Amino acid sequence: MKITVKLFATFRQGRFKIEDRDVPVGTRVLDVLHSLDIDPADVGTLFVKGRAVEVDRVLDEGEAIAIFPLVGGG
Amino acid sequence: MHKIFRIDMTDLKATVETVPEAWAGLGGRALTSTIVAAEVPPTCHPLGPNNKLVFAPGLLSGTAASNAGRFSCGAKSPLTGGIKECSAGGSAGRIIARLGIKAIILEGQPKGEGWYGLIVRKDGVEIVPETETLGKGNFAVVEDLTARLGEDFGVITLGPAGEHLMAVSDISVKDPDGKLRSFGRGGLGAVMGSKRVKFIAIDPEGVANLAIADPAAFKVANKAFTKTLNDHPVSGQGLKKYGTAVLVNIINEAGGLPTKNFTSGQCDHHDQISGEQMYDNIVARGGEPTHGCSVGCQIQCSQVYNDKDGKFLTSGFEYETIWALGADGLIKDLDIIAEIDNVMDDIGVDSIEVPVMFAVAMEAGLLPWGDGKRMLEMLREDIAKGTSLGRLLGGGTAAVGRAFGLTRIPVVKNQAIPAYDPRAIKGIGVTYATTTMGADHTAGYAIATNILNVGGKVDPLSNDGQVDLSRNLQIATAAVDSTGLCLFIAFPALDIPECLASVVGMLNARYGLSLTGDDVVALGKQVLKTEHAFNLAAGLGDESDRLPEFFELEPIAPHQVKWDMDPKELATFWSF
Ligand code: SF4
Repeated sequence: MKITVKLFATFRQGRFKIEDRDVPVGTRVLDVLHSLDIDPADVGTLFVKGRAVEVDRVLDEGEAIAIFPLVGGG
Repeated sequence: MHKIFRIDMTDLKATVETVPEAWAGLGGRALTSTIVAAEVPPTCHPLGPNNKLVFAPGLLSGTAASNAGRFSCGAKSPLTGGIKECSAGGSAGRIIARLGIKAIILEGQPKGEGWYGLIVRKDGVEIVPETETLGKGNFAVVEDLTARLGEDFGVITLGPAGEHLMAVSDISVKDPDGKLRSFGRGGLGAVMGSKRVKFIAIDPEGVANLAIADPAAFKVANKAFTKTLNDHPVSGQGLKKYGTAVLVNIINEAGGLPTKNFTSGQCDHHDQISGEQMYDNIVARGGEPTHGCSVGCQIQCSQVYNDKDGKFLTSGFEYETIWALGADGLIKDLDIIAEIDNVMDDIGVDSIEVPVMFAVAMEAGLLPWGDGKRMLEMLREDIAKGTSLGRLLGGGTAAVGRAFGLTRIPVVKNQAIPAYDPRAIKGIGVTYATTTMGADHTAGYAIATNILNVGGKVDPLSNDGQVDLSRNLQIATAAVDSTGLCLFIAFPALDIPECLASVVGMLNARYGLSLTGDDVVALGKQVLKTEHAFNLAAGLGDESDRLPEFFELEPIAPHQVKWDMDPKELATFWSF
């Protein structure tokens, strides 16, 4: 199935901003992180459809996962 | 710090007073709000002789503490009609503290048309008639005073908007690089202008190291404190690299980025106006991504942003300003946004209030959506020059919305709502509604816990727990605002217990006290209650602790949510 991966801030370095990927059905967010060599401990927030999700969230066909390191401002 | 400088502009006389016992343990916001509450009649006209403008360094300002370079300015606000406290960086606060001055109180009102400059020295204040810098922008005032008085003077100044007594005007402070930081919100510039003071220069002659009761303990506590700032990913890395604008993409992703005057929670061109894009431009053009607004800043969220030819465009380029111009007003070009930011600094207006006002003006048809060029023209030709149109715009978001008969006017207590939509991020909605300041995200930054997973997690789309979250944050913020520490220390403070413990340690070592964390919380509560009592007496009752009605009527994409918190629940905010 197709998913979209969006990366932000430092996670873009040496990777990409946005990419469509073909992944097996049942792929979890954690699997995406592993495939990108991103340590889950460095992750600040994960969004699917504008809602925060956990690393064990299973992705559905056509979904986009947005991956942010711990960032802040104000 | 043992002196209060009181400057009476009616009789053009300044006196030096000793600090009353009751004010000895106060600084920053706690002190400005206590003085305003004690000495300003809540029902007075903010631009009349009975209002007072108070400057106060924080309890740790002027010491070696990291990130303690901020100071407070307070008055009754011409925009909200309630009490106001703003915090700013720059150099003046540290110099004032190191001259042993606990507060400067500007009061009264001169007769006649003349303007004045104030020169604050170790032992007193000189009040001099001023003509040269009148009508000039803040950058020119700083240049002029630097030439006149010397490089090292602290400078607090007013742009043309403040001279015109506009409710959107701010007060600027010269930073260590000769650029500007500001007391942004609530129209404090108009209060200074109503006293006919164009600038306050602070002579550093005679600055001394502040007495520290237990220097060894202070050093240890500061070291531990600094370590927490460096260790936390937000204060140690994130803010340094991308500044606060890193929030554009994350708030957009969360569906809480108010776009086109609060009609959507997501913006199509978010990546063009993001912190990531800003960082790339800065690096490619030889600017500085990492920069501090004041001496001793470890976090360095500020930056220097150059144009395509490598020439300075702006500094201190913040998320709220970029959001307001880029998403709320649909300006897609980050360079024009930077230019507008710099012009706003120069003419001395609040860089949140004015862009939000312009988005309302765009909805009213006064200028096309996204037209940054026209906005620049209106800033330079109308607001700076005080034309009739300029004065309407200078009245702020609420005034413009009302003038054009709009209902979608994003303000609380007449102050523009900043960069987070309260329908999609409900915790910040509680803060906007209840803070004594009028809509202000910094008063209780629920974004940390609703979105950023700092200080725990509270679901942004649910009303559950939001009042408690906002209350706890507002109490802690009022305490931090009293120390002179930059509010961004809140990120480590929410996650690393040693952070606040070491702040308490520094306070104890500085003053020879034995405060606990509970005492600091009690200080925060006392500040909020003092401010709330002032607002109630000024006519801002519980019914003013509300978001505008359109948030209850218009759902916002992508979550299709409305503001639906029961006013009774909101009212429990003050039950402490
Ligand atoms: S973190 Fe930013 S706002 Fe705070 S003191 Fe440093 S530069 Fe100023």
